[in-house]
Amino acid sequence: MLNSIMPFGNTHNNFKLNFKVEEEYPDLTKHNNHMAKVLTKDMYAKLRDKQTPSGFTLDDVIQTGVDNPGHPFIMTVGCVAGDEESYEVFKDLLDPIISDRHSGYKPTDKHKTDLNFENLKGGDDLDPNYVLSSRVRTGRSIKGYTLPPHNSRGERRAVERLSVEALDTLDGEFKGKYYPLNKMTDAEQEQLIADHFLFDKPVSPLLLGAGMARDWPDARGIWHNDAKSFLVWVNEEDHLRVISMEKGGNMKEVFRRFCVGLKRIEETFKKHNHGFMWNEHLGYVLTCPSNLGTGLRGGVHVKLPKLSTHAKFEEILGRLRLQKRGTGGVDTASVGGVFDISNADRLGSSEVDQVQMVVDGVKLMVEMEKKLEKGEAIDGMIPAQK
Amino acid sequence: MPFGNTHNKLKMNYSAEQEYPDLSQHNNHMAKVLTPEMYANLRDKETPSGFTVDDVIQTGIDNPGHPFIMTVGCVAGDEETYEVFKELLDPVIEDRHGGYKPSDKHKTDLNPDNLVGGDDLDPNYVLSSRVRTGRSVRGFCLPPHCSRGERRAIENMAIESLASLDGDLNGQYYALKNMTDDEQQQLIDDHFLFDKPVSPLLLASGMGRDWPDGRGIWHNDGKTFLVWVNEEDHLRVISMQKGGNMKEVFHRFCTGLTKIESLFKDKGHEFMWNEHLGYVLTCPSNLGTGLRAGVHVKLPNVSKHEKFGEVLKRLRLQKRGTGGVDTAAVGGVFDISNADRLGFSEVELVQMVVDGVKTLVEMEKRLEGGQSFDDLMPDQK
Repeated sequence: MLNSIMPFGNTHNNFKLNFKVEEEYPDLTKHNNHMAKVLTKDMYAKLRDKQTPSGFTLDDVIQTGVDNPGHPFIMTVGCVAGDEESYEVFKDLLDPIISDRHSGYKPTDKHKTDLNFENLKGGDDLDPNYVLSSRVRTGRSIKGYTLPPHNSRGERRAVERLSVEALDTLDGEFKGKYYPLNKMTDAEQEQLIADHFLFDKPVSPLLLGAGMARDWPDARGIWHNDAKSFLVWVNEEDHLRVISMEKGGNMKEVFRRFCVGLKRIEETFKKHNHGFMWNEHLGYVLTCPSNLGTGLRGGVHVKLPKLSTHAKFEEILGRLRLQKRGTGGVDTASVGGVFDISNADRLGSSEVDQVQMVVDGVKLMVEMEKKLEKGEAIDGMIPAQK
Repeated sequence: MPFGNTHNKLKMNYSAEQEYPDLSQHNNHMAKVLTPEMYANLRDKETPSGFTVDDVIQTGIDNPGHPFIMTVGCVAGDEETYEVFKELLDPVIEDRHGGYKPSDKHKTDLNPDNLVGGDDLDPNYVLSSRVRTGRSVRGFCLPPHCSRGERRAIENMAIESLASLDGDLNGQYYALKNMTDDEQQQLIDDHFLFDKPVSPLLLASGMGRDWPDGRGIWHNDGKTFLVWVNEEDHLRVISMQKGGNMKEVFHRFCTGLTKIESLFKDKGHEFMWNEHLGYVLTCPSNLGTGLRAGVHVKLPNVSKHEKFGEVLKRLRLQKRGTGGVDTAAVGGVFDISNADRLGFSEVELVQMVVDGVKTLVEMEKRLEGGQSFDDLMPDQK
């Protein structure tokens, strides 16, 4: 049981297997996250002596969920993957979490990928008096490397090198420049902050508890095109985060640029024999189980001061399969009636499906807002469950 | 913060250069010592419990420096860390502990009768006196690395032993996770409660994992003797009281500590100790005695004097703010304590504090009276 053939033992602290399951099982009585709902003592007993080929263990998967019992605004996942194999080796734990988080998605289900922007209907006419900005993001993991909770400095630097190589080949509307965090000048930093592009060292305990901030800012950086409408984060919560954004409500254009840019990046990686982690069950494989499938969050910043205080706001969002966040992102509250509205789903529907839901849903909510402004009722407009 | 992810096996497929951390912006003991060659030598090693060099140094990589103090930048995960990684830790220890050599021997002296004086520090200046140390239980991993099972075992042992204390050491244990609001408020008012570490120095080494599981505070009814369980070390033992009677504080400290140690021995558990490093603790800065004896003392005039730093240095004392290690002084009140831990005994260190604070208070009185204190300048101890 104590495998010392490799340089590192099969469980990081070998002594823990000398203790009984009861003694090692975490206290989850005050916890409210997906991991805590699913991880029974028996499951812990079954999985505790396993590891992925790179050495990621069950305790590595769940540590962030043990250290972060709950979140005021959202039901957190409470576990992370350290590599592609985590989703296989720990499927006893992760399959039920995926099912719970992704609306009943079954271990036998197949996920569809559709990055053909022409399949999106409309989306070029969201009212800019209400829709202040539009944005689509996703993540990608490079096959053969471990993920941010687990990767070594050598791996992280290799991911950075490959990413910069690929991004430097982009031209036309995508021509741009890479800014490594550890070499950034003060002037560059000021500009990136002013553009709302700069990501800082994570402060969220959810991320820190999973080990993603180790060695910061080594091998982290930001790439963006000259027009500042297409942006790639390297080695933040995922190997790559790809973002297309612009002011106003032309989600169609944002999505077009997103799809085209993403495809170009993927082609370059493939040419160098590095694909993205993807399989037909989980779609794109990312660090957080909540981002499996498309990894896509398509959203807008939209003024909904009246609708957001309406008794049925949550109900409407639920039926439209949309989610609200504050304008500072996932851990924030809204300011001045402006909300970040985005798709709630990631897995089991395609990229086009999800952006369509955002486009149609936001259009409807803006119409509702206008009705409420005029003092009219919106009861007849409440949509059916999508 | 991280645990268990520095044991990524794939890293051995990368060259030492590719894995060696970027320490160019760093100023801590680890960064001064860890060369690429040393990293190459140590990177495939592990202690019997699986602690690796990346585990040892992660906190020093993630925390390049500190505004007030030169940080150590590395931690031990178990007793064997100091042996397996001696190539790194011996020079860190030497640099931190005044030139202490790998062949040096450390002496332990917990006989309070050997302290001369210390019962008459002027309470108009010396507001409170405190002595603390740490202890690690042999056979268990240390807070950066221990599993929940190990941590809980330490807690159970501590509870059992402390429950046997009686007389003026009779007291009660408060587990952090079962604490009532009232108990919590009382402990805060008494300045006893330790909270989840917020210092990135501690968090980056993994000491905050599973908080508050297995953590707690024990104190005697008189609120003068206190034990922290599973914070930065397995045990932190603290004796404290208002005023300047350091002799009494030290007496209670030694008596209590000795009793606890014999209670642990009765149950077949010893403290980690060896004749080279003395008491083995999580942070290399606390090796030897692990002892910090200090006072909160009013030195508004002396502290502004240009020779203040020099005086402290000669007295082998260190200043901190009254909030502890990461704080600045408030209202001219300083936390003054021994700078050394290793290579001197407990009695010697407390003696330095007693004698040194006495000198500082005299200097303060001189400056109050508009006089110089030049004739009081001590030699380098």
